[in-house]
Amino acid sequence: MVAPEVGAVPAKSPGSASRSARSRGRVNVPKRFLPVIATFVVFVATFGVGSVRYEGFASGQVMANLFIDNAFLIVLAVGMTFVILTGGIDLSVGSVVALSTMIAAAALQAGWPAWLVVITVLATGSGLGLAMGWVIHRFGVQPFIVTLAGMFLARGLCFVISVESVSIKDPTFRDLATGSIELPGGVTITYGVVIALVAVLAAVYVLHLTRFGRTVYAVGGSETSARLMGLATTRVKIGVYVISGFCSALGGLLFSLYMLSGYSLHAVGMELDAIAAVVVGGSLLSGGVGFVIGSVVGVLVLGTIQTLISFEGTLSSWWTKIVIGALLLAFIALQRIIVRRT
Amino acid sequence: MKNRLLWPVLALVALLILNVVVTPTFFSLRLQDGHLYGSLIDILRNGAPTLLIALGMTLVIATRGIDLSVGAVAAIAGAVTCTHIAAGGNPWVAMGLALALCAVLGLWNGFLVSVLGIQPIIATLVLMTAGRGIAMLITEGQIVTVDSPVYRQVGAGFLVLPIAILISLAVLGLVALVTRRTALGLLIESVGVNPSASRLAGVRARTIIWTVYVFAALCAAVAGLMISSNVSAADANNAGLWIEMDAILAVVIGGTSLAGGRYSLTGTLLGALIIQTLTTTVYTIGIKPEITLVFKAVVVIAVCLMQAPVRVRVGGRVRGKQGVPA
Repeated sequence: MVAPEVGAVPAKSPGSASRSARSRGRVNVPKRFLPVIATFVVFVATFGVGSVRYEGFASGQVMANLFIDNAFLIVLAVGMTFVILTGGIDLSVGSVVALSTMIAAAALQAGWPAWLVVITVLATGSGLGLAMGWVIHRFGVQPFIVTLAGMFLARGLCFVISVESVSIKDPTFRDLATGSIELPGGVTITYGVVIALVAVLAAVYVLHLTRFGRTVYAVGGSETSARLMGLATTRVKIGVYVISGFCSALGGLLFSLYMLSGYSLHAVGMELDAIAAVVVGGSLLSGGVGFVIGSVVGVLVLGTIQTLISFEGTLSSWWTKIVIGALLLAFIALQRIIVRRT
Repeated sequence: MKNRLLWPVLALVALLILNVVVTPTFFSLRLQDGHLYGSLIDILRNGAPTLLIALGMTLVIATRGIDLSVGAVAAIAGAVTCTHIAAGGNPWVAMGLALALCAVLGLWNGFLVSVLGIQPIIATLVLMTAGRGIAMLITEGQIVTVDSPVYRQVGAGFLVLPIAILISLAVLGLVALVTRRTALGLLIESVGVNPSASRLAGVRARTIIWTVYVFAALCAAVAGLMISSNVSAADANNAGLWIEMDAILAVVIGGTSLAGGRYSLTGTLLGALIIQTLTTTVYTIGIKPEITLVFKAVVVIAVCLMQAPVRVRVGGRVRGKQGVPA
């Protein structure tokens, strides 16, 4: 079913410029991979700084903890990558995470079976995403505004369910949260990490090996051209918000495992972390350029900075924000340079 | 032109009527010790910072930009002023310092957008993230309280009307005068429609973009002073939290398109009033305060859908069928 010619859509890909005369004769790294490689270098560098400065930093467990503490953010960033690739934005993810923790906690407290809770949460998130995508597409209202309203709505619904924090006592959830998988070398990870990595793999598959994924890039490159080419732009434009809603709900489930509670004020401002991770990961907010893997490395960079600051001990937490801001700036500047050269 | 303001006006009137039905004394004002009190004054006073920030945002959005950093800038302004006053400084100098620093932050945003050509949403996201950190750096993570009668006037003072309202309305008048009585408004809109074309036509697009970001930062700074002076304290974490979203909503509800190129100051005033009235309404008609956000989301979506481009296209038929609104 997958038509090969669709794959050849040059969706504003700077990679085509890598075949220019200038880069001939050098080691041929396509330009579109440069931001991701840069992010990876920054990750290795920050981790390296930590390893040199602090004893016990360069251990497998610190690395594993990076994944454990950021599993939900990885999932969010994956969903956000889809939206940003089409040139949209989703501000609702943090609130949907909070709503998911709230629904999960409240439903479990009411005695629902765990599987039903999981399905309900995922359906709610996807449904919200579907509704927002539909409004964005059908009425031509800007994604920024629609998802902002979605953010208020989801956060408000949390308060409707309960103003108090609700703790999760369900044995299935507790087992999932506290259970761990031993890797060779004595490193342990949680089930959340496995789920997050599966989500990443699924996203990579969808983006690069399916017609839907290629249409995502094409829409981000130029929506008009994609539509004129006969691609299913409507389905994709709405679909990315469904994916983002689903990922937010999944991230919310992971977050409720992580916190073992549902609370209306969970994940305030997490949408900005997700957007920052995607940008640091090398995606352009104008759409069409970026990789899921970049976003994952972006999350790891943000996580490493947090770990560094907690290892430092004397540094106050607000430095995290300043450093993340500075990093964002550095990556944007880097992207400008790359885009100008091509 | 007036048509675009129809829905916001109707929404505001509907909200006010709802309030009067629930609380018959809603419109009553009373004069006490030379100060005017009443629900309407409360709405105006609480809405003053949002209105001020929304004014700056309107001009930024008119150039097809957006400024996410205003909330953080407001927090910084409060932090600088309170820290300076707490250290024994003169309140006027403190406020001057805050305004100067925020003007620099506006210059920074303008630099990123106009010179480096970074998308406004990202360029200002940098300061939105880092700004709260900077504010906390200034207050050293504490909530700084001050006791300065002069400073208190900005947010809580009265000159018959609350001073905060007077400041916001004065800025509104000034912006209206400067942008609508001179060519500046037209130039701003032309930059929003097409920056390169306006540059070729001899408009100094870069300077204009720079100006609107500095103006937005200054508005945010004054709003930050109001917020922190109202409680005589600077809270780096929570001062002006999400006010950028409220401001953007106010602008959009007022009929200014995020795509740039046209703006309506009257619309922004209406938008800010709607948002504040909405919040007040929720309290007065006894909806649980927790549901405020849901209520807000519904109203925002409703007003946006009424103004949606698609509706405008089929508008002739729809409007003809209804034929009710005069």
